[in-house]
Amino acid sequence: MNKVMSDKWFITLYILPAMLLLGILIFIPLVLTGYYGLMRWDGIGSMEFIGLANYINVLQDGVFWRSAGHSFLLALFSTLSLIIYLAVAMILASKIKGADFLRKIYLIPMLLSSVAIAQLWIKIYNPSNGMLNEILRGLGVQNPPLWLADPNIVLYSIFVPILWQYAGFYILIYYAALKGIPESIVEAAKIDGATPIQIAYKIKLPLIMGVVKVTVVLAIIGSLKYFDLIWVMTGGGPNGASEVMASYMYKLAFANNNFGYGSAVAFMLLLITLLVTLIVRKLTADKEELQY
Amino acid sequence: MGRIGYFLLYICLSIVAVFQIFPIVWLFLFSLKDNREIFAGSPFALPSEIQWQNYVNVWQGGIGNYFFNSVWITGVSIALTLLFASMAVFVITRMTWKLNKFFLGLFMVGLMIPIHSSLIPLFSMFLSVNLIDNPWSIVLTYTAYNLPITMMILLGFFYTIPREIEEAAIIDGASLHRLFFGIILPISTPILSTTAIINMIYNWNEFVFVNTFISSDRYKTLTVGIQNFVGQYMTDWGAIGATLVISVLPILIAFLFFSNKIVDGISSSAVKG
Repeated sequence: MNKVMSDKWFITLYILPAMLLLGILIFIPLVLTGYYGLMRWDGIGSMEFIGLANYINVLQDGVFWRSAGHSFLLALFSTLSLIIYLAVAMILASKIKGADFLRKIYLIPMLLSSVAIAQLWIKIYNPSNGMLNEILRGLGVQNPPLWLADPNIVLYSIFVPILWQYAGFYILIYYAALKGIPESIVEAAKIDGATPIQIAYKIKLPLIMGVVKVTVVLAIIGSLKYFDLIWVMTGGGPNGASEVMASYMYKLAFANNNFGYGSAVAFMLLLITLLVTLIVRKLTADKEELQY
Repeated sequence: MGRIGYFLLYICLSIVAVFQIFPIVWLFLFSLKDNREIFAGSPFALPSEIQWQNYVNVWQGGIGNYFFNSVWITGVSIALTLLFASMAVFVITRMTWKLNKFFLGLFMVGLMIPIHSSLIPLFSMFLSVNLIDNPWSIVLTYTAYNLPITMMILLGFFYTIPREIEEAAIIDGASLHRLFFGIILPISTPILSTTAIINMIYNWNEFVFVNTFISSDRYKTLTVGIQNFVGQYMTDWGAIGATLVISVLPILIAFLFFSNKIVDGISSSAVKG
């Protein structure tokens, strides 16, 4: 039996397809990105080694840092919005009839492609005929905002569909975690005279802290690499007001054929993502494991 | 909590539900209206005369081709991902060998990689083997990038398969291939279908890879194809609405039938820590 279950040929044969695909299409490209960053290269012609020049330029590139700032702002919004999602999940998990149905309704936007969501919200935000401004005009607003065309508010306008898209996802995760809390703990607190607010804040929240930390990491990482929706809605405009790290990199490589510099930006995106993951994990590391 | 308290909670939950659902309802409504009605009427009004013509127009305009590409690329990628992922997870969880922890770790690292950090080398690799503007570049990429998450969902289930099942099969003289294809895969159907649906949502909605690797219209999938349509029907909102509805309908229909599977899959794919 043990001999059969350690058949080397069989193991090799079965692990090989997954290993090759992952190695060739994920790990090797990752290393190559860092390597291409050392080159001057238009993507077609021959490469010219220029050392760390691209990376030094990225560090001094105002457009890159402005884009990074937008990415971090989105990460901040996303993290703060977790509070709303958590509150909704708390309500949903408090013996509400139809909770199962409601959380499915909340999840629907998450199933749509970012492209479809972007196109839909372009229509919603359309200054003259969009749903939003029609409602605002109906309420008597004289000059409703231009939303995506106004550089001062474009980032906020983009964030609303992001909030809309991911709400159901986070509510679902929090709801599942809250449902995992044993009823006896909550009952005991009630008998001791705790108010619903106290139960939510002092008992339920600490018990699902592990899940909350995971979602903070997910929200921050997800925001730092956000691309599809912004690319379709504004292309980073107007005038770079909604440019993020990924869209800047994409423009450099695939619109300007600046593959070397684009790779350096892509590598910075990877480093920043890994670094932030590490920092967030460290900051939220468990000091004491709560158990029930 | 008193009655009024519960009433207020329901109001809150209903507001969230309306916020989540209304934009989609509005989309369905304007996909069935003509421009005159969209621009002049209330956004909440039902269409006075249902304009199926919008759907006929975009279908004749060639959206069927994008739709077909999305279907086969999504389907083939799901099949390959599920096969390769379950093969790898089988030998990692069930076979006795030294490097299984190492390979497991390697696959899980794949979960953390942002796709934009590997996009440029992928493009130049596909270019050098003539796979740019070839749908197989998309199938290969989807398969590879969905492997880690699929393996992660399968892992928990495969660990719980009882040893006795394997022992009985081997003693009966079954080969390892027979054990895997004849016994392990069939008993894994529930978890495999969960991963299939999660893969379907990812593949159907993917945009960046197709936008980067495919340039000919005949190979484009819906997510990139609808971009062309929106450009083409710039001012015809009804047609754009119909295009978007066609692109999201398969996923919504899948959700109608498999909502529990989707909920399971999404929760197990998220809490990976």
